[in-house]
Amino acid sequence: MTSAAGIEGLLRELAPQVLGVLARRYGDFADAEDAVQEALLAAATTWPAAGTPGNPLGWLIRVASRRLADQYRSDEARRRREELAASWSLASSPGPLPGQDNTGRDDTLILMFMCCHPSLTAASAIPLTLRAVGGLTTREIAAAFLVPEATMAQRISRAKAKVKASGEPFTLPPPGERAERLRSVLHVLYLLFNEGYASSSGPDLARTDLSGEAIRLARGLRASLPGEPEVAGLLALMLLTDARRPARTTADGELVPLAEQQRTRWDRRLIAEGVGIITAALQRGQVGEYQVQAAIGAVHDQAGSYADTDWPEILSLYGLLERMTGNPMVTLNRAVAAAMVHGPGAGLAMLDGLAERLGDHHRLRSVRAHLLELAGDTAAAVAEFRAAAARTTNLREQRYLTTKAAILANSQAR
Amino acid sequence: MRFMLLQNYGAVESGCPPMTEWAPEDIKAHIEFQHALNRELTERGELVDAQGLAGPEQARFVVSDGAGAPVITDGPFPESKELLAGYRLVDVETAGRAIEIAAQASAAPGPAGAPIRAPIEVRQVLSAADPEV
Repeated sequence: MTSAAGIEGLLRELAPQVLGVLARRYGDFADAEDAVQEALLAAATTWPAAGTPGNPLGWLIRVASRRLADQYRSDEARRRREELAASWSLASSPGPLPGQDNTGRDDTLILMFMCCHPSLTAASAIPLTLRAVGGLTTREIAAAFLVPEATMAQRISRAKAKVKASGEPFTLPPPGERAERLRSVLHVLYLLFNEGYASSSGPDLARTDLSGEAIRLARGLRASLPGEPEVAGLLALMLLTDARRPARTTADGELVPLAEQQRTRWDRRLIAEGVGIITAALQRGQVGEYQVQAAIGAVHDQAGSYADTDWPEILSLYGLLERMTGNPMVTLNRAVAAAMVHGPGAGLAMLDGLAERLGDHHRLRSVRAHLLELAGDTAAAVAEFRAAAARTTNLREQRYLTTKAAILANSQAR
Repeated sequence: MRFMLLQNYGAVESGCPPMTEWAPEDIKAHIEFQHALNRELTERGELVDAQGLAGPEQARFVVSDGAGAPVITDGPFPESKELLAGYRLVDVETAGRAIEIAAQASAAPGPAGAPIRAPIEVRQVLSAADPEV
């Protein structure tokens, strides 16, 4: 365990455990988080040359405690805490930890709840989670989101200040709030995954793989909460979506729609794992929206081709999801499935009235364009593709829609 | 979501003269205002980049057909007021927040500290990410 990569993996594994111990001891998540971040940086600089200490967790706890003591010492207003911190840093106690178990699983779970606190927006919760639970450095997170390090550092410290202001103790939320709080955690991980999935194009070594991070965090969450079917559902959804990533963009990074993807490039190992997880989760009989989305992903991933897809099954799953969420975006997807089952007319009919709920949304335009094309109404399809291209805020989608309109317009002109 | 806030050399709504004709302390206050705004945006975790551009006198237009030598046009340009003066690239949570920042930038102090009311063009940057549902 002396290679730089090995040390980095170990540090990221230990990061939430160290933070858990410190936060519980000192009762201050925000300050402890800073100290742990410094201890991790110290380890990353000294371990490759000096060798990994015999008890790396104990080493990190000691160093982080010392940093925390230094920090408190330099802050006159925190005199009382200084004494506490100083006494703790002297009592260097390697060996078994005073946590609930040796893996620090409960601490990691508490950290997740804190980082995805309802007082935070997803844009603040995501980087905080990546740092406190994922063990990434501020620099890595800044690079992943393409913002300067100083900007990201401020975003994280503001997020921590908000969590601190909420006055939440470092414990699991009370049982009555657990379900709602878990929903926040799942939502943050879901958005993190999407961020990575939408922005990735092939191997980009300079940028942290955010989808991979989301999957890693979801795996950790599932290990902490093995009995929660929605946690399993979210993990399965991520795996089943990520399995298609190699086929989702061209070598140039252009978008390839599901209908045209080369299915031999899909990752069979991820599909098998995702299908296994979602099948087991659904058997518990507590269906939730992530499980339904995963089930839809599983149907797509197991189909030999776009045409051979079990569209009636997908249509009924979207119907279920629509009833559960009332989300008009789901209705859009259901319209596509309806067109595949009953013909484009049925899909187009479902779009009527959606404009009132979605506004002049680019995705409504692009779905309508797609269905008009299927219906053979090329002129109308071209107009809708162009309108969709003008409204999207997504670069790849804009290129795709523009190209699509051009191809159709050309075919019509001939 | 990211927004580019663009400001050009065009006339400002307050009708104040160009900065070269301001009193030195007004110029100083104006520059300090820009620095302070950038600091504030960094502290809020929103600033990605902010740059002022060299004046229109140093601008050049380059046109090429990819084969022959490019045609390079030096200033002065009759439409120099339409040239970009500077920009801020911000990463914010809502479009409303981008408007708020633009309003702050628009009210930068001019002669005697009066807001110059510069028109700020607010443009969303096409992003890679676009959450599905």
